[in-house]
Amino acid sequence: MTSITQRLTLTLLVFGGLAVAAILLGPLIGSTPISLARVFDRSIPFADNPDAQIFFIARLPRTLAGALVGAMLASAGVIFQGLLRNPLATPFTLGVSAGAALGAMLAITFGWSLSWLGIPAAPVASFAGSLMAVGIVYLLATARHRGMSTNVLLLAGVTMNAFFSALILFVQYFADFAETFRILRWLMGDLDVSSYQPLVTALPLAIFSFATFAWLARPLNLMSLGPDAAESRGLNVLGAQRAAFLSASLATGAAVSVGGPVGFVGIIVPHLVRLLVGADHRVVLPASALFGAAFLIGCDAVARTVMSPLELPVGVITALIGGPFFLWLLVRRT
Amino acid sequence: MTTRTRHPFLLFAVLVASLVGVTAHAQEGSPRRIISFIPAVTEMLFALGAGDRVVAVGSFDKYPPQIEKLPRVGALLDPDLERIISLKPDMVTVYGSQTDLRTQLERAKVPLFLYSHADLSDVTKTLLELGARVGRTERAHELAGAIERDLEAVRQRVAGQKRPRTLIVFGRESGALRGIYASGGYGFVHDMVTAAGGDNVFADLKQQAVQATTELIIARRPDVILELRADPVSPEQLARQVGEWKPLSSVPAVRSGRVHIIADLRTVVPGPRVAEGVDVIARVLHGAR
Repeated sequence: MTSITQRLTLTLLVFGGLAVAAILLGPLIGSTPISLARVFDRSIPFADNPDAQIFFIARLPRTLAGALVGAMLASAGVIFQGLLRNPLATPFTLGVSAGAALGAMLAITFGWSLSWLGIPAAPVASFAGSLMAVGIVYLLATARHRGMSTNVLLLAGVTMNAFFSALILFVQYFADFAETFRILRWLMGDLDVSSYQPLVTALPLAIFSFATFAWLARPLNLMSLGPDAAESRGLNVLGAQRAAFLSASLATGAAVSVGGPVGFVGIIVPHLVRLLVGADHRVVLPASALFGAAFLIGCDAVARTVMSPLELPVGVITALIGGPFFLWLLVRRT
Repeated sequence: MTTRTRHPFLLFAVLVASLVGVTAHAQEGSPRRIISFIPAVTEMLFALGAGDRVVAVGSFDKYPPQIEKLPRVGALLDPDLERIISLKPDMVTVYGSQTDLRTQLERAKVPLFLYSHADLSDVTKTLLELGARVGRTERAHELAGAIERDLEAVRQRVAGQKRPRTLIVFGRESGALRGIYASGGYGFVHDMVTAAGGDNVFADLKQQAVQATTELIIARRPDVILELRADPVSPEQLARQVGEWKPLSSVPAVRSGRVHIIADLRTVVPGPRVAEGVDVIARVLHGAR
């Protein structure tokens, strides 16, 4: 048995290499052929250089968005699966995405505008919606119990999902045709961010979440033995549960505000990674984040080219891969 | 309304006129209580002079102003069947795709007028069918003739002029260049822009709406960007929304300041004013001449 340091180094090298390769290759792929020589030709002014604009305005932010969203969703998936001790948990199980969708939908339907602040309204509203969902679920899960009941958490989350979906239908009633269409597109998930601003906005949250995740690796290992066993080994279980729930929810909310509710990344990636590296969260977490980034960039590259010149929203591809994978996981388990 | 109390004669005259109107088209089989869900058809009914027979409209009807007083009975996705039936219509205009509503109304023995909007030539076709249905054949021919004539006039006017490559945007996320969907090479808006002397940059994509990503827009290099809206936009909003295109500076339309937001119902409703809509677009594409 190799030491954890060695395994971690190897994992970081392999999965890190994969993520870096994806980030480097991602912007080279697209529906339009571009010349790399022209992209980096400084003698052509940027404003007159469509190749450079496609590279720097369309593809690079999109690739980086894929990396950020993929990494956040995949690692949040690991955290939720560990927290709920349920392999079928996803970042969206506890109502975060439904809350985010409701926020985005309200912004789109009622044409909310924050353009005087220079930022679009839908991502802000979706993040606010996810915070609201998280807050309600958290209050419910801690209200009646000393500590945090993961059962109540799960049930409250599933119920909030259903409740927010009902509200979404209610709001949809007021949307006109064009808005309905836009909402549907938003729900498919789409990484075409067309500027770096959404990424910069989400970055502090991402850093905070990843830092918390790093701290959570050991507590999650202990918690996999059951809360009592973890407590007896000196873990503050409630504190770890709180940290896990809040940080993973924040990461999910931030990811959804950038790319919409891109499905299945948070479940496929953690499970594939566990198949490869085992169950130790100290390895699974960084590996999932890196592989999640590479996976989503890959799916988006497929989405951008498979029906070229039309570009599909990436959520369609992840769902097409993820649906059957999820079923396979379900059948294999039972 | 104040005009009514101040002008009793006018009110009287209107009453008499409408009574005369009723007797004039009380021919057999022509519907007397019409419900129209479809903005284009509602406009047509009023243009045909059958507006006084419209008893309810859909949620998205905005024109003509007379409809403000009428009850609203839902729209394509959420028709209010009970309201519809309780209004005892003898003609309901429905989208061909509203199959549930069609079945229900057929079961209730309510006569239907089926509508599907496709391309520009269907506007006059629908107008003639509708005219025949409501006993206004002659007026329908007049209107259809006028539309054809006006369209031809615009085509003549722009003939021989350089046709700008045009991106036609139906909608996008507010405040960002995200979730942009644009007209593909099919549908009446594509036809309207073509008639107005523009070439749709997505003409090769044979669907009504295309998700236009940043990459596609930069790659297609439109000379003009038209954002079509049904609702009015204030001048400040207009300036700001045009400014939101700035980051795509290699797109000729952005560089030459040819991003236009047209908030005009006539450009998005394939109704009797469609030729005026084409004229509006032509003036934006080629200047007033």
